[in-house]
Amino acid sequence: MLSVTLGKRLSPQFALDVAFTATPGITILFGASGSGKTTVLRAVAGLTRPDTGRIGVGDRTLFDAATGIDVPVERRRVGYVFQQLALFPHMSIADNIAYGLCSLPADERRARVSAIAESFRITGVLDHRPGQTSGGERQRAALARALVTEPSLLLLDEPLSALDRPIQSRIIEDLRRWNETHRIPVLYVTHGHREVFALGERVIVLEDGHVVATGSPHEVLDQPGRESLANLAGFENVFEGTVIERRTAAGTMQCRIGVDHAELEVPLSSAGVGSQVRIAIRAGDILVANQEPRGVSARNILRGRLVEVRREGATMIASIEAGQVFAVHLTPGGFESLGLAVGAPLWLIIKTYSCRLVAG
Amino acid sequence: MDWQAIWLSVSLAAIVSTILLIVSLPLAYWLTFSRNRWTFLVEAVVSLPLVLPPTVLGFYVLLAIGSRSAIGQLWMAWTGHGLAFTFEALIVASVLYSLPFAVQPVAASFAQVDATLREASSTLGASRMRTFLRVTLPLSVEGVIAGLVLSFAHTVGEFGVVLMVGGNLPGVTRTVSIAIYDHVQALQYREANQTALVLLVFSFLVLVAVYGLRRKPWAMAPMA
Repeated sequence: MLSVTLGKRLSPQFALDVAFTATPGITILFGASGSGKTTVLRAVAGLTRPDTGRIGVGDRTLFDAATGIDVPVERRRVGYVFQQLALFPHMSIADNIAYGLCSLPADERRARVSAIAESFRITGVLDHRPGQTSGGERQRAALARALVTEPSLLLLDEPLSALDRPIQSRIIEDLRRWNETHRIPVLYVTHGHREVFALGERVIVLEDGHVVATGSPHEVLDQPGRESLANLAGFENVFEGTVIERRTAAGTMQCRIGVDHAELEVPLSSAGVGSQVRIAIRAGDILVANQEPRGVSARNILRGRLVEVRREGATMIASIEAGQVFAVHLTPGGFESLGLAVGAPLWLIIKTYSCRLVAG
Repeated sequence: MDWQAIWLSVSLAAIVSTILLIVSLPLAYWLTFSRNRWTFLVEAVVSLPLVLPPTVLGFYVLLAIGSRSAIGQLWMAWTGHGLAFTFEALIVASVLYSLPFAVQPVAASFAQVDATLREASSTLGASRMRTFLRVTLPLSVEGVIAGLVLSFAHTVGEFGVVLMVGGNLPGVTRTVSIAIYDHVQALQYREANQTALVLLVFSFLVLVAVYGLRRKPWAMAPMA
C-alpha cells in the first residue's frame, strides 16, 4: 500500500497539497493538464522533492519532511514509465529492458528479459533500436523495462496518450493481466476518460493541486459534481439553465436553456424555481431522429438543425443547434442511415436521467 | 622537411589531448549539472584562453613555473632541473591554453542529452556514475571526440605560448609552428612552405573529421 501526503509550492499562484492512499491494483490520477498529476508522480519517484509531507510504501518510508528522510531515486525501487517513454536510443530494446538488472548474473538477466518480452509481446523487436520500432512496441518496451525490475510500486505518466485506441486497449489488457499476478500499487496518470473506465479500480481526481473526488470510475465520472470534472469525464455538453418548474412528485424539474426557449426535463435537485443550474450531458447519450419522433418514453425531444459534422476515428461528431449547440456522437453507419446534410432539420432525444446537474 | 619538429608537435598534442580528455569529462560534467551558483565563474576562467593573447597566458605560466615560484622550486627539488623551457613546461601551458577547446564541446553535448533519459536511468536503480557511463557519455560521444580533435589540433598549431614558455630548443621545445617561423626568418621559403603545407592539410582534415561527426549517429532514433 502506498500512502502519500505532500505539499509543494510550484509557483506563487500554484501549490500542490494532496493526501491519498493507493492499494495494490490500478489507481488512476485523473485531472486536466496543469492540475499537478505529474508532479505527484515525480515526488513519489523521488525526482522532485516536496516541501512537506510523507511518502511511504508498505512499511518503508521513502520521504518524510519531518524527520528529513529522503531516499534517493535509485534506491526507491519504483518503476516509472515516462510520457516520452525515455527509452535509451543507443541501446537495443533488449539492453533497455535489461538496464535495471545489472546486479543479476548474465544468464538470469537474459531469462528475465525474454520472459517479460514474451508477456508484453515484443520478442520480435528485442534486437532493434527504439528508433526502428513502432509506437506501440516502444510503449510495451518501456512498460517491460520498468516492470522487469519487480518494483514495489509502478508509476505511469500518460503512457498511452500518443497511441491509437485499438493499440491502447490491447496494452491496457496486457497491463491488467500483469497486475493480476503482481499485486503492487499502480498509479496511472491520465486526462483521458476512456482509459479511466478501461483500467481503473479507483480514481483520484486532482484539480488545481488538490484532490477533489475519490471513488470508483462510475461513482466519480458518472456523477460529476463539478463542471471541470464533467468536461474531463466526457460530458461534452455542459449548459447553463434556469429552473422554471419543479415537479416534486415526478422527481424532476423543467429547465430552460439557451435563447430559443429550449427546455430540458432534468432530475430534481434542491434548486428553487428561478435559480441557475448547470446541466451536463454525454455526447453519446443523445439520440438523433430525422423526423419528429412519436411514442418515445424519453421526455426531452428538441427540434434542431445540423450545423457541422466531422469524423474522428470510428466516431462521427455532429454539432446540432437546438437552442444551444449540442455535441452528439454517432456511429458512421448510424449517421449514414439518417441521410442528413448540413442544415437539415432533425430531432434530439434525451432521457431525463442522462441530464446530470453539476456545480460550477 | 622538419620531421623532428613535426614529431615533437604530434607527441605534445597527443599527450595534451589525453590529459584534457581526463580533465574535461569531470569538469564539463560539473559545469553542466552542478546547481552551485558560482559555476559561471569557473566557466569564465576555463574560457579565458579563448580571448587572452597567447603571450599574456604564456607570461603568467612562465611566472608560475619559473625557478623562483613554488611550483618551479618543487619541480627543481624533484627532478634536479628547472621546469621552464622544457617539454613538460610546454605540456602544462598547452593544457591550460587548449582547455576551453576540450571542455566546451563536451559540456555542450552533455547538456543536450535529454534529462528524462537520466531520470529514467536513476528510476531503474542506476547510480549517478552508472548513469554517466551508460547513458550520458555514450550519447555525448560526438562532443567528446570533437573536444579531443579540437584540442589536438589547437595544440599542434599554437605558437605564442610555446615561444614564451618553451623557447626554441630543437628536439625539446621546437614545435612545427616555431620551425616555420625560423625558416621564414632565415629566408628558407622552400622549407617553410613544405612544413606549412603539412600543417594546412592536417588542419583541414581535422575540421573535415569534426564536421563529419556532426551527423548524429542516432539521428534515426526519435528521442521520445
